[in-house]
Amino acid sequence: MKDINSGGGTKTDIEKRNASYNAYVENVTPKGSCVAKCFKAFIVGGCICVVGQIILNVCKSIKVPDTDAASYTTLILVLLSVILTGLNIYPSITTFGGAGSLVPITGFANSVAAPAIEYKKEGKVFGIGCKIFTIAGPVILYGIFFSWCAGLIYWALKLIHVL
Amino acid sequence: MDFVKAFVCGGIICVLTQILMEKTKLMPGRIMVILVTTGVVLGAVGIYEPFVKFAGAGATVPLTGFGNVLWKGMKKAIDEQGFLGLFTGGFTSCAVGVSAALIFGFIASLIFDPKMKKE
Repeated sequence: MKDINSGGGTKTDIEKRNASYNAYVENVTPKGSCVAKCFKAFIVGGCICVVGQIILNVCKSIKVPDTDAASYTTLILVLLSVILTGLNIYPSITTFGGAGSLVPITGFANSVAAPAIEYKKEGKVFGIGCKIFTIAGPVILYGIFFSWCAGLIYWALKLIHVL
Repeated sequence: MDFVKAFVCGGIICVLTQILMEKTKLMPGRIMVILVTTGVVLGAVGIYEPFVKFAGAGATVPLTGFGNVLWKGMKKAIDEQGFLGLFTGGFTSCAVGVSAALIFGFIASLIFDPKMKKE
């Protein structure tokens, strides 16, 4: 192992270093079977969606219009997720559920709140203000851009009376 | 029955994403971008809306549903405002989710202090 991590060296040295690095990454990556992880993701993701469905049904039962009911569901799930993130409970759910906690809108809310809390020491503007968009930024950018592209096609097709 | 459908459909989307993560080792941020853009494309092609009718919250709660909402808002804005709708639709439709996350996230950052990760 000696000398592999020191200095530049020749091409073979670099290859050796890369190989040893990859072996190291492999070594520290948490092990666990894919099937078990998928099962956990299924349970956690499913449960979050059921919570969403409960909120949706309650909204509908008190005569909230359909579109507003979906918005309220999003709103409440986001609020719950931010509170759980603040209380440091959401990271545990993520450790257990993997993609199950990432895919629902609660994962998005967590990715907004977590860096904001993490970097508050760096100040209101460049700490919270910048870091709050670490994950939300790309998601919003590409979401808006792709819907704009799709919208452009739709608009053009309407213009030439295809749709 | 609503709950079973929501549970199974939401769960399946999570499992597919988990498999994608296992195979590609992508970071969470990229996964979220992929999910939202997939939702936009599926919405625009017209597949996602029937799925929402079937699965309820199982389709709207995952981030793909967020993408679908983006597309729906875009379509509505174009129908109402024409060309200008291209630039108002996206932000109007994602306003609830994004504003809620930002506002609550900011308030949370004022209230809570960072904690050590649990081992």
